Amino acid sequence: MRAVLYAASIVALVGLAYWAYDQGYETRATEREVAKLERRIGALHQEMSMLRAEWAYLNRPDRLHALAEMNFERLGLMALTPAHYALAEQVGYPPLAPPPPPEAPSAADWADVELGDEVDGVIIMNHVYGANAAPRVITPPTLAGDGEQLP
Amino acid sequence: MNLLRLFRRRRATYATDPFVRVQGPAAPRPEPATSARREPPERVRARAERRLKFTAACFVAGFAVVGLKMGTIAASDAQEPRTGSRAGAAIVNDRADITDRAGRVLATNVDARALYAQPHLMVDPVAAAHGLAAIFPDMDADTWEKRFTSDRKFFWIKGNISPEQQQAVFDLGEPGLLFGEREMRVYPNGPVMAHVLGGARYGAQDVRAAEIMGVAGVEAVFDDYLSDPTHEGAPLRLSLDLSVQTTVERVLAAGMKLTDAKGAAAIIMDVHTGEIVSIASLPDFDPNERPRPAIEGDPGDNPLFNRAVQGVYELGSTFKIFAAAQSLELGLTNANTMIDTSPLRVNRFPIRDFHDYGKQLSVTDVIVQSSNRGTARMALAIGATRQRAFLESLGFFEPSPVELTEAPGARPITPSRWPDITTATVSYGHGLSASPLHLATAYASLLNGGTRVVPTLLAREVPPAQGSRIVSDRVSAGARQMLRQVVTRGTASLAEVEGYQVAGKTGTADKPSPTGGYYEDKVITTFAGVFPAQDPEYVIVVTLDEPEIFAAGENRRTAGWTAVPVAAEVIRRIAPLMGMRPDFGAEAETLGAYLTQAALR
Repeated sequence: MRAVLYAASIVALVGLAYWAYDQGYETRATEREVAKLERRIGALHQEMSMLRAEWAYLNRPDRLHALAEMNFERLGLMALTPAHYALAEQVGYPPLAPPPPPEAPSAADWADVELGDEVDGVIIMNHVYGANAAPRVITPPTLAGDGEQLP
Repeated sequence: MNLLRLFRRRRATYATDPFVRVQGPAAPRPEPATSARREPPERVRARAERRLKFTAACFVAGFAVVGLKMGTIAASDAQEPRTGSRAGAAIVNDRADITDRAGRVLATNVDARALYAQPHLMVDPVAAAHGLAAIFPDMDADTWEKRFTSDRKFFWIKGNISPEQQQAVFDLGEPGLLFGEREMRVYPNGPVMAHVLGGARYGAQDVRAAEIMGVAGVEAVFDDYLSDPTHEGAPLRLSLDLSVQTTVERVLAAGMKLTDAKGAAAIIMDVHTGEIVSIASLPDFDPNERPRPAIEGDPGDNPLFNRAVQGVYELGSTFKIFAAAQSLELGLTNANTMIDTSPLRVNRFPIRDFHDYGKQLSVTDVIVQSSNRGTARMALAIGATRQRAFLESLGFFEPSPVELTEAPGARPITPSRWPDITTATVSYGHGLSASPLHLATAYASLLNGGTRVVPTLLAREVPPAQGSRIVSDRVSAGARQMLRQVVTRGTASLAEVEGYQVAGKTGTADKPSPTGGYYEDKVITTFAGVFPAQDPEYVIVVTLDEPEIFAAGENRRTAGWTAVPVAAEVIRRIAPLMGMRPDFGAEAETLGAYLTQAALR
């Protein structure tokens, strides 16, 4: 009985010692990992602050102004003035989707109508071309394939 | 029976008190153990000793462990937990960035290298000196040769070198030339906001790192905040707006060139909160390479001089509105009261007008036409004490509280005595010198509805509490209306900007000569105003130093031809940038309705 007790406690001791050392090694490994990560974080921080400085330097107003002037022909950028404010109604939104075309009356519908009968429909007689044609509206903005407004 | 005896024995009394005799039959003493059953006393003693030793050893070991641990703690250096073991990582956050109100970077840090030498490590000091002289043209080979061959073991050579220069030094292959880690303060926008940012330099330096210290401007004022690690690198957010500031500086520089002025200053301030959106002073400098203060010459001509804050000038007719507003506030006059503008002598000094304005003008017209005599008469009616108190409430008697190192030194120059002639001249802006910032603060306080504002360069997170009342809301609106008429039909007609209803006053003051008296042909012109007049949002002050322009057939130096067009262009450019929508029809209804309503009250 006593021998069993001794054996069990020795096994427990060894087990616990193993566990404790294992925990210790694991902790140290984690610490190393954390230190490595922190080093990386530090380096990234440094890099980030460098990039921020560079971003600010590249976006400095003097340079942007010079670039806007150099590319004036292409971009047409100019200083913002009060005249650039407009009403929402003045914005060239893309036109609404056209209403679905009314069903054109087919010849079959009118086949049995006698001359002189009263009709409650309208026959669309559309002469688009020619001198009598109504002036076409030319202002609606043309839209490119991707919906962008073209001048 | 046996059992009974046993009991009796148990009950047998032992002596508890040595002086009391034990009663009853004396218990038979237990039979002494035979020598065979008893352990020998030496062994008992040895065992006890062993046990005692063991216990003592346990205690000694325990205390030794505690003592050793204490020793190691005491002997080792204290170490703070830190982010990354690279020296740079901790220093990145060493000094916080400065940003504008929209978060655009105005000042930040980048990595840099410092170069130092340890001559005793050098292989060939002479070659090193000559090699360095070839890389850095400003280094003299002979001087450094002498230094490298001396007994000293350490020299700083350069505080900041570029990567190319570093590579060139590497290529010398000299082990005695070493590099130190540095953070460098950079201002990516160059000279924009130079006077506000100030500049920085290295303080205490070491081969591993160097402390950055602010020299002037907000860098110096907020030095503690910027270098305090507890803020975890949170940037200092200023109230300035980079794009507005750039525009103001550009327009001001153009105006300065056109009018051939030798200096210029401009301030844009939020009327209600006192936040300075833009403050410019020309000529300026690059804070990345802050010039040394000039030893000789007029410090006022140095680029380091901040005209908007340090420049204390007589600001001329821009002061007239203060006399008129106070007169209205005291109930001495209303906007239409007729004021005598006939020739006037005060303490035997004649008060002169630019033109003769006839016998009398209404209060509004005194401001619109800028009559010195009319203002002087209003001020004399107010009296010296009340005038002084009013100007004091507007902040003209103390340095501006703005967060710049230069501000506390720029105390307005006020008359020591206050006779009638001072009352008269101060009413039209002579005899009392103040900085453009003082003027902007006073205009904001007077025209925002009549409550005092405190100028600040920091973006306010919450709107400040309303300041003390200077004039009533109604007088403030009345003053705005007078100033509006200065623009629509008076001396500042060129300040009209469609859609923004500028209201303001011009001021042209002769420059005092250092030899006494005033220059004949040198003036300081100022335009101070608010926009939009019916619902003021921003104050603008533009000052030009010694401007002159050839316009409409003659050389002109008055503010109406110099400062005013510059101010108008500034407003035209910045108002849209600040998100103000032009309003082309507001004025008539809003201001008219307000005044009608105010008059009925």
